[in-house]
Amino acid sequence: MKSGRMTTEPGEAIGLPATGKAIDPVRIRKDFPLLKRRINGQKLVYLDNAATTQKPETVLDALDAYYSQTNANVHRGLHTLAEEATSAYEATRDKVASFIGGVKREEIIFTRNATESINIVASSWGTENIKSGDRIVITQMEHHANLIPWIMLAKKNGADLQYIPIDANGYLDLSHINDIINPRTKLVALTHMSNVLGTINPVEEIISLAHKVGAIALVDGAQSVPHMPVNARAMNADFLAFSAHKMLGPTGIGILYGKEELLRGMTPVTFGGEMISLVTFNDVTWAELPWKFEAGTPNIADAVAFSPALDYLSQIGMDAVRQHEKELTGYALDRLSEIDSLKIYGPRNIEHRGGAVSFTDSDIHPHDLAQFLDSRGIALRAGHHCAQPLARLLGVSSTARASFYIYNTSDEIDMLHDALKEARRYFKYE
Amino acid sequence: MSDQLSDLYRDIIMEHYRFPRGHHHVDHPDISNQGKNPVCGDEIEIKLKMTGEKVENISVNCVGCAISVASGSMLAEIIEGKTLPEIKEIAEIVKKLLKGEDIDENLDLGDLEALRGVKKFPLRVKCALLSWTTLVDAINAGKFGKSIQTTSTE
Repeated sequence: MKSGRMTTEPGEAIGLPATGKAIDPVRIRKDFPLLKRRINGQKLVYLDNAATTQKPETVLDALDAYYSQTNANVHRGLHTLAEEATSAYEATRDKVASFIGGVKREEIIFTRNATESINIVASSWGTENIKSGDRIVITQMEHHANLIPWIMLAKKNGADLQYIPIDANGYLDLSHINDIINPRTKLVALTHMSNVLGTINPVEEIISLAHKVGAIALVDGAQSVPHMPVNARAMNADFLAFSAHKMLGPTGIGILYGKEELLRGMTPVTFGGEMISLVTFNDVTWAELPWKFEAGTPNIADAVAFSPALDYLSQIGMDAVRQHEKELTGYALDRLSEIDSLKIYGPRNIEHRGGAVSFTDSDIHPHDLAQFLDSRGIALRAGHHCAQPLARLLGVSSTARASFYIYNTSDEIDMLHDALKEARRYFKYE
Repeated sequence: MSDQLSDLYRDIIMEHYRFPRGHHHVDHPDISNQGKNPVCGDEIEIKLKMTGEKVENISVNCVGCAISVASGSMLAEIIEGKTLPEIKEIAEIVKKLLKGEDIDENLDLGDLEALRGVKKFPLRVKCALLSWTTLVDAINAGKFGKSIQTTSTE
């Protein structure tokens, strides 16, 4: 796959491939101005997509157009601009609702990021429903965003926090799952795809186990919604959290999906304008869903500019996105395995994992490795990836992580491979 | 680009990284402290044994990147035989060096000179500071003979 498999077919028009077709990353790259940048004199190889993705021109244009043509506050004022801003803002909500499987628009809350989405559930639903002695179940592979809110809630409400362990291959160990998700369990929160191991978890199965004991289930979709088809209804998640910036959209917009009946029963966590229907000097009535969770002026521009990002992914098709990343991940696992000094974490079967590949070199510290790769124009992440307990479990203080997206090519993986070999020579281990 | 990289990973730094000084254990230390760089996960433990006013024996055990290990190794080498106020003075010079501030041109920096390149990599300055901050915190805390609360460079 060093060449050929992902090259442009002659005669195809520049632009997006039609739905269902294989992705042509070489063509897609042309839509991303930042990918033309050179870093330290080298062609940029951007492999830090699990942290954030680059943005297509349509998203950048939408941001610019919003501020230069439409800017006004939403849900107030009866002038043309206010109406246009409101309808653009609300149009993104409709697109998000359809993107995750056709949920109701009332079930889509705009937040700052996936972290805030999870925190809203912990602070509101969690504080009101988790009692002393109740159990909260999460997994050992959670990002801090889906870990710390539950540690804090368990402390505050006297709940018992239990972890689904992981096995040596980076899968959830479900052998004692019925003891872990027991009748005292009120909430199960887990990541759909690990940002460190790449593992794709059997969320449907675990959600169904949670529901059997009367618990609700929250899915952290920060790494899955951008990379594969995710249907919140089919999955039957009670809450699903994700971030726009990890799926071609701007920073500062996150999504909290919640089942309508749950959201309806929840008390907002932020109070102020936009989220009320009637206020007296003594009392308030909350606004209808979804607005009761969106106090104050929201991040209108970034919500509006998230819309073309969703369009871009929808036109490619999430099946094609997933297929492309499977191929890249498989290729990366093969090529990185050629380097004996590398240890690769997470499942080897590409059907069970996404395109976040963590590894360590037996001699070179991940930070030195990342620094060297940067000098070769290759951007990847080194650190504990906001999952310190997992890193400790893996017996490392940090790892290097390459993570892929629609614009990455197999050539770039070859460059990563070559640079990793070169790093060993540079640091005189070979 | 690679020139700048060689400025960070100078030969002296790589030599200290490969063969760190002070990589042993000091029993019954007069001063000890553990330092951490939570974001990197780098960890260091420094122990000093004093004779009178001066450092008689020192151990520096660091798990970390080339820069933090090398800086800790240089620390171990330099502070032997120094008094505590002298150590704090050297630490100040190292800080200035890493931040690109002016220092006395006539000072003989020895191996520390090699840390000059780090200032071009702002994210790596905290790596080079880990050992020095950990030791100075211990000296300032003055709780000789036991570990003070862990130092964190974040």
